Amino acid sequence: MAAHTAVMSMSKILNPFWGGRLGHTVKVRLVIMYEMLILQPPPAKYGGRHTVTLIPGDGIGPELLNHVREVFRFSCVPVDFEVVHVNSALESEDDINDAITAIRRNGVALKGNIETKHTMAPSVKSRNNLLRTSLDLYANVMHCQSLPGVQTRHKNIDIMIIRENTEGEYSSLEHESVTGVVESLKIITRNNSLRIADYAFRLAREKGRKRVTAVHKANIMKLGDGLFLQCCREVASDYPDITFDSMIVDNTTMQLVSNPQQFDVMVMPNLYGNVVSNVCAGLVGGPGLVPGANYGRDYAVFETATRNTGKSIAQRNIANPTAMLLASCMMLDHLKLYGYASMIRNAILTTMNETRLHTADIGGQGTTSDVVQSIMRIIQSKGPLISEL
Amino acid sequence: MMARSVCSLSGTLKLALSNQLTRVYGAAPQRYKSTYITIPPPARYGGRHTVTLIPGDGIGPELANHVCELFRFCCVPVDFEVVNVDSSMASEDDIDNAIMAIRRNGVALKGNIETNHNLPPSYKSRNNLLRTTLDLYANVMHCQSLPGVRTRHRNVDIVIIRENTEGEYSSLEHENVTGVVECLKIITKAKSLRIADYAFRTARAKGRRLVTAVHKANIMKLGDGLFLECCKEVASGYPEITFDSMIVDNTTMQLVCRPEQFDVMVMPNLYGNVVSNVCAGLVGGPGLVPGANYGEDYAVFETGTRNTGKSIANSNTANPTAMLLASCLLLDHLKLHAYASMIRRAVLSILTETQLHTADLGGKGSTSEVVQSVMNAVQSTGPQTLSI
Repeated sequence: MAAHTAVMSMSKILNPFWGGRLGHTVKVRLVIMYEMLILQPPPAKYGGRHTVTLIPGDGIGPELLNHVREVFRFSCVPVDFEVVHVNSALESEDDINDAITAIRRNGVALKGNIETKHTMAPSVKSRNNLLRTSLDLYANVMHCQSLPGVQTRHKNIDIMIIRENTEGEYSSLEHESVTGVVESLKIITRNNSLRIADYAFRLAREKGRKRVTAVHKANIMKLGDGLFLQCCREVASDYPDITFDSMIVDNTTMQLVSNPQQFDVMVMPNLYGNVVSNVCAGLVGGPGLVPGANYGRDYAVFETATRNTGKSIAQRNIANPTAMLLASCMMLDHLKLYGYASMIRNAILTTMNETRLHTADIGGQGTTSDVVQSIMRIIQSKGPLISEL
Repeated sequence: MMARSVCSLSGTLKLALSNQLTRVYGAAPQRYKSTYITIPPPARYGGRHTVTLIPGDGIGPELANHVCELFRFCCVPVDFEVVNVDSSMASEDDIDNAIMAIRRNGVALKGNIETNHNLPPSYKSRNNLLRTTLDLYANVMHCQSLPGVRTRHRNVDIVIIRENTEGEYSSLEHENVTGVVECLKIITKAKSLRIADYAFRTARAKGRRLVTAVHKANIMKLGDGLFLECCKEVASGYPEITFDSMIVDNTTMQLVCRPEQFDVMVMPNLYGNVVSNVCAGLVGGPGLVPGANYGEDYAVFETGTRNTGKSIANSNTANPTAMLLASCLLLDHLKLHAYASMIRRAVLSILTETQLHTADLGGKGSTSEVVQSVMNAVQSTGPQTLSI
């Protein structure tokens, strides 16, 4: 997809007809597409095996990622993991910088959530946020689908949420000029808004989606969310086959709770994305079921969509491994190992829907290891080549 | 009069002597107005109250008319002073008149005033102006599962207390560099303490056991961190009430899975907006929940989710329940409890009849049918009404 648009963009730049007629927006977008062409780092692939950075994180992260490794080794997936530990209790940023370097080297990562302790000084920034902004992982994509085997109050949900991942309310810029009065800055820029809108529409087109909804609060934050909305409209004009509409965030959350089937693809700034993605995750069955992906121009990091550390259920073998395993399938898709990805995904969905082996968060009694064993058994029965159980 | 002047003398003496005393924010704070400034008397003459009515846009005017009709029918001793606010004009005279009327009367019932996106950014939201000028710092919304309304979630009973004047709604934005907009979100210690105190006092008054603060302090460490700290400080003064906190994303997810776990929730402005809309959706939609904005001296009542309802305006399909229940809250505030419970009972009994449900609840009833039925219900139970 990147190569295709790159070729198109090159032809547009070289074509003298367009000469001085390019508007500002189009120039910016051509620059973005041109950059995509010239800087494609080679994949970290040697001898047919990929290397992927693995960041265990805190809480349930380490145990779930161990299960992922187990399943990969069992299915003979040609992926080697480079494990980088990040200690959330330390104030120095060396750990996270090492992790970022590793991701730069490998291009792809799978991570658990790193805890942000409230008791530490405000100068200690959220490690997850640091990772996202340093690697410029500008798009967070979450696909919420109702799974047939999971009992929920809402049915037939199929929503893609694209959330701006680097700016907005998460700029970590706050100051207390006067004691007792804190100002937090929410930054919205034209470039980032155009970029995320473009990503949303391209993704919608690729997946054959018909409608994109922008979620905002422009009646109150007129300049900020007004700019975001304007950028979305500009990009929408280039995609006439896709309907574009917008909705204020409070109405959106209410509609999600009453009538979620009306939504198709949603694009929004950072904080609204956080809230809306959690509401959607709750609608389809909870935080243990939905995988999330963070895409940048050069890097991709996969994790659970709702980014929970799960401290209260850590080490008790009751966490739901589905989200992390589906995230690893998304990673395999990204590495173009589609055969392995669909094999593991089918096994997960069969366990969920047919065998109905559910963990406690979706109302069952299974343990994490039971679910993982069941997945491996299904892979064994269907797959051609596996190591011994 | 003699008593009042004696009080004010002792008040002045207390002030003179108490300069060195510091206030402790554990207990309910004293009204910072000294006793020698009189608290405004209620706008009541001959036993009849005067209440400002701001019809607003969309479905506001028709619902306000129904409220007037119902009040006249039930012989409620309330007179409405109607102040129209034109949302398409750039001048702020209209809203200033409305604010002055509310200052005069002390209480108001309003519909939502539309904020047109096409007007320049210097045009501030009229609703926001009203709330900040009158310092209506607490927005209270009580979401309850109502009998007769079928929803996916049962037994929801949540009181949401939302800071109404600061936070993300400060309307302070600038564009120093073209293409880069900075919006300021302001959190102050004084206002956070005030809203937390309001929340705990309300929880105590209603006999509630749990107050949850909703925040995003892992990202906005200073801002929401300050809010959380203020809530904790105030919580220490109310030992019988359990206090806990939850990050906003987890809160919204829990609301969708298990809303029964929440009791009273307190939060800054934007999270309050989102959470109150989620809860309104859980109990049946925007047509059912009333909201109240309380300040030090004034109270303004409106629908909980503040919708203009432009698309259903003048089509006789809007659900009047939210506005009618808001008017009951108004009557409670004016201490006309008998009238309030009479009307509330009638409205809730009508809700149980599914053939009268309006379109938003999945039925085919019209607004006027619902209001007529409420009036019938009041007539059959009430002692004294006008003839229909």
